Amino acid sequence: MVRVTRKVEFSAAHFYHNANLSAEENRRIFGKCNNPQGHGHNYVLEVTVAGEPDPDTGMVLDLKELKDILEKEVMDRMDHRHLNYEVPELAGQIPTCENIAAMIWRLLEPRITKGRLDRVRLYESPDLFADCTAEAAEPAASQKETDRKAQEAGRRAWRDR
Amino acid sequence: MTPSASKASQLKLTLTRRYRFAASHRLHSAKFTEEQNRRLYGKCSNPHGHGHNYVLEVTIAGPVDPSTGMIANLGDLDPFVRIQVLDPFDCKNLNEQVAEFRDCVPTTENVAREIFRRLQTFPNAHVERVRIEETSKNSFEVADEE
Repeated sequence: MVRVTRKVEFSAAHFYHNANLSAEENRRIFGKCNNPQGHGHNYVLEVTVAGEPDPDTGMVLDLKELKDILEKEVMDRMDHRHLNYEVPELAGQIPTCENIAAMIWRLLEPRITKGRLDRVRLYESPDLFADCTAEAAEPAASQKETDRKAQEAGRRAWRDR
Repeated sequence: MTPSASKASQLKLTLTRRYRFAASHRLHSAKFTEEQNRRLYGKCSNPHGHGHNYVLEVTIAGPVDPSTGMIANLGDLDPFVRIQVLDPFDCKNLNEQVAEFRDCVPTTENVAREIFRRLQTFPNAHVERVRIEETSKNSFEVADEE
């Protein structure tokens, strides 16, 4: 199997606000990102497609085709747009890195006909990115129990610090 | 607020945050002779130590909370990483000033393991991976066992 990754960049505005919460709660949870005038990022999107190269062409998929899909599904929809107001697919969701990555996965997944979508990685800044992949198998019960105990200990330590 | 669709379909989301710290270390083990240390660790065994600008990547996984759109709030993750790792490691001598490296060589493999251990108690999400760049050419990764 070979993984092929294509990168695109788009710039967009957003802010975080949950209408079900009070102004005070919104400020507490979202901090500066709650500024109703919004702010923006230069998002960098890496889309990875996995598959076997076609024996005739040597390609998993034609990157030109992927470029066109990204242009239509991502750039046309989001570049120089306000994510809270102009992207219907995000309606009712907070436009976080996690939610945008998941939205992009849903837009692209049905469009990839050669190979399969392996990963959507969305950088909000060079120091923050979300990865969206197909769900792996459920973690083993023992791992969940270990996580639960570690997190419980963490909560206690954090409270008592 | 409709529940985030990411919950409905079979997607896995992770969030990765990059942090930086600078620290000194010396690769030297009491189990070896001076000559063996020099041969094994080379320049890194210089008795006075040396330092790096480490870049730390922390990856968290878990369900996205529909009311915030987040796996965990960076307002919680950042201070947690700062208190667990950055404050005790930044501008420190790892051999001398981090207890875990008194008897354990602070190779970046071991530093990554120690950081992964320290972050497992994050209360709000599962820390599933830690990756450290010791320099722009060397990186080390510790994650959940497969």
